[in-house]
Parts: sequence; C-alpha cells; structure tokens
Amino acid sequence: MSLSPWIWFAALLTLCTFSFLWRDNPFYKFAEHLFVGVSVGYTITILYWNAFLPRVWEPIVINHQFYVLLPTILGILSFAIFFKKISWLIRYPIAFLMGAACGISVPRSFQGYIFRHMQGTITAISPGQSNLLLISNIIMVIGVIATLLYFYFSIEHKGFIGKVANVGIWYIMLAFGAGFGYTVMARVSLLIGRLQFLLHDWLGVID
Amino acid sequence: MKRQFPLAIAFICGIGMIIQFFIPHPVSQRTYQEVLQWQIIVGIFMAIIAIRSLFVVHIDKIKRKKEGWGYSFITLFAVLFTAFVGIRIGIGEDSLFNDLYAYIIVPMQSTMFSLLAFYMASAAYRAFKARTAQATLLLVVALIVMFGRVPIGEKVAPWLPAFIEWILMYPNMAAQRGILLGVGLGMIATSLKIILGIERGYLGGG
Repeated sequence: MSLSPWIWFAALLTLCTFSFLWRDNPFYKFAEHLFVGVSVGYTITILYWNAFLPRVWEPIVINHQFYVLLPTILGILSFAIFFKKISWLIRYPIAFLMGAACGISVPRSFQGYIFRHMQGTITAISPGQSNLLLISNIIMVIGVIATLLYFYFSIEHKGFIGKVANVGIWYIMLAFGAGFGYTVMARVSLLIGRLQFLLHDWLGVID
Repeated sequence: MKRQFPLAIAFICGIGMIIQFFIPHPVSQRTYQEVLQWQIIVGIFMAIIAIRSLFVVHIDKIKRKKEGWGYSFITLFAVLFTAFVGIRIGIGEDSLFNDLYAYIIVPMQSTMFSLLAFYMASAAYRAFKARTAQATLLLVVALIVMFGRVPIGEKVAPWLPAFIEWILMYPNMAAQRGILLGVGLGMIATSLKIILGIERGYLGGG
C-alpha cells in the first residue's frame, strides 16, 4: 500500500468520482467542484506564465516594444462588456479574432480538408496495384462519392441519385460503428488505467 | 462605429490573412506570426471575462444560498489556491503546482472519461436495436472493432485485426473523407460569410 499522501488523495478522488455510478452524491459533488476549481486555477496559471508574461508584460515593460500595446488595448476593450453604455466596444476585439481566424482558416481548409482528401481519393486507383488493393480502393472511391452525394441536398434524393445516396448511408453507418467501437475501447482502456492505479499504485495488490 | 467598423475590421483581417497565405515572403510570414500573437493577447483578456463569469456564478450561488451553495466555496478556494500556487510559488517540475496537476487534474480527468464507458454501454444497450439493416451494420461493425482490439479477439479469429484494419482503411476512410470534405467546404463557406459581413451573429444585437 502506498504511503504517499498524494497517491491517497488521488485514489480518494477517483473513488469519489466513481461513486456517481451509484447516484449523484456529496462525495461526487465535492470531487466535481474541486476538479472544476483546480482546472480553472491551472488555466489561469498557464495563461499567466505562457501568455501574459512573455507576450504582454515582457515586451511592453522590459523590452519596450510599445506596438504590443495595440493588441493589449484591443484586448482591454473586451472589458467594455461590463459597462452598459460602451458595451458595444467588445465587438472590436471579437471582430478581429473572428476576421483573422476566418482568414487563416480559408486557405488552410482548402489545403488540409479539400485538396488532401481529393488527392488521396483521385490517386487511390493507379496501375500496377494488386487485385485486392484495387478492389479496396474502388470500394473507397465509391464510398467517398456516395457519402458526398448523401450530404448534397441541392437536388432531390430520387432515382439514381437516391440510390447512390442510400449507398452513402451504408458507408456512414459503417464509419459510425467503427467510431463507436473505438470510442468505447478508449474509455475502457481509461477505466483499466484507473483500476490499475487503484490496485497497483495505491493498494499494491497487483504487480 | 458600432456595427460598420467591426465589420470592416473583420473584412480587412480576413482578406489580409487569405492574401498572406499566398505570399511566401519573410514579411508575410512575420505578419502571420504577429497576428497569431495578437490573437493570443486578445484571447488572454477574453479568458479573464470567462474566469470572472465563473466567480460571478459561484458568488451569486453563495449569496442567495442556492442548492449546493457550499460546494461553490470548494470551487472558489480551489481556483484561488491553484492560481496562487502556480503564480507565486512557480510551475517547476517538482513544484506543488505540478503535484496538483498530476494528482488532481490527471486522475480526475481520466476517471470522468472512464465513467463514460459505463454510460455508453448502458445507452448502447437501450438504443442499439437492430431495427433496420443499416442499424444492424453499425452494431455489427462496432462489435467487430471492439472484439478485434482485445487479445481474445485475435486468439479466436487470427484474421480479425487485419480485417478491422481493412474496414478502417477503406470503407471507414471513404465515409470519413466524404464527411471531412463536407466539413472543409462548410468551414470555408462560413468563414467567407463572416469575412464578407453576410454572417453577423457574432456581433450580437444592439
């Protein structure tokens, strides 16, 4: 059995959290509120050390890079929300964040989502492949087209289009099944990890 | 000033960042890095608003003695204590802050997520009825993936891991690609709508 107070604390918090399986109770509520508090405190600390100090405090106060005052003032404008008369000023920092984020995302979405997947699909079927690989790739290409057609709502899913869209549903259901299976396995592996912590690290009853 | 100027800011920043992507010049790269820095700086102040909101909610709960108000003390104390420890004492490898992370956040996060294993199993038992052929396919694939990823699955059917790999690499990949292409097009369309001022919901009312 572990003698470390931290291991004991972590084990008790783990048990408090698992107690929710019985029903909502004060032990779970305690652990839940503690978790929220520590997580927010952690976020504040990380923001302070990794964002505020190196990007605001040091450039302005130590390095005298006064242009950093511009984004700082833009950020401070977000506090306008606390004053009813000037609350509209928060739109400036939000507009900057939204505009810049959208501008950054447009070409990168083309590159990461559209071109890469199009390229992978178009170049999948090529000469010199084994029969199994060729059939697999044909199945994949048909699946991409069928799934895309299922999500294309500008034309009615009737006749040939309806049939292809229906094939798309089969592919989507298969992908959801695989995704569900993987998610369950990930959660079960976390559960095994917690049980290992309780039985090995805390109680020391297993090797 | 209240609506047009923010729309102009969004338009200039958006178009600027799109153009910047196509200019492989050091100045363009520096601009990109600078905009990322600015986003983080503005984000710090936005985070302060979010943290203030947490305090307001919990202080209000305590003031009005709402149900479970005693737990709000725990949350507020934990926030202040963790932030104090992290900012005043430091965040080194052997620090108290690191212990708070390793022995509170990490175990609780993984326990919370592991709890979902039980709820997913119970929800799946209730919801996954093989009513249609497509629902049966979902159920069968989920079972095959789960069974094939544990040692006993491989012992019973040695071909199972390779079959699962094939499912993931081809039919699953096909649907994922279809969905991701749709997501990409959706992101581009929404981004363009915001940049061009067609979508203005983020500005709020007034």
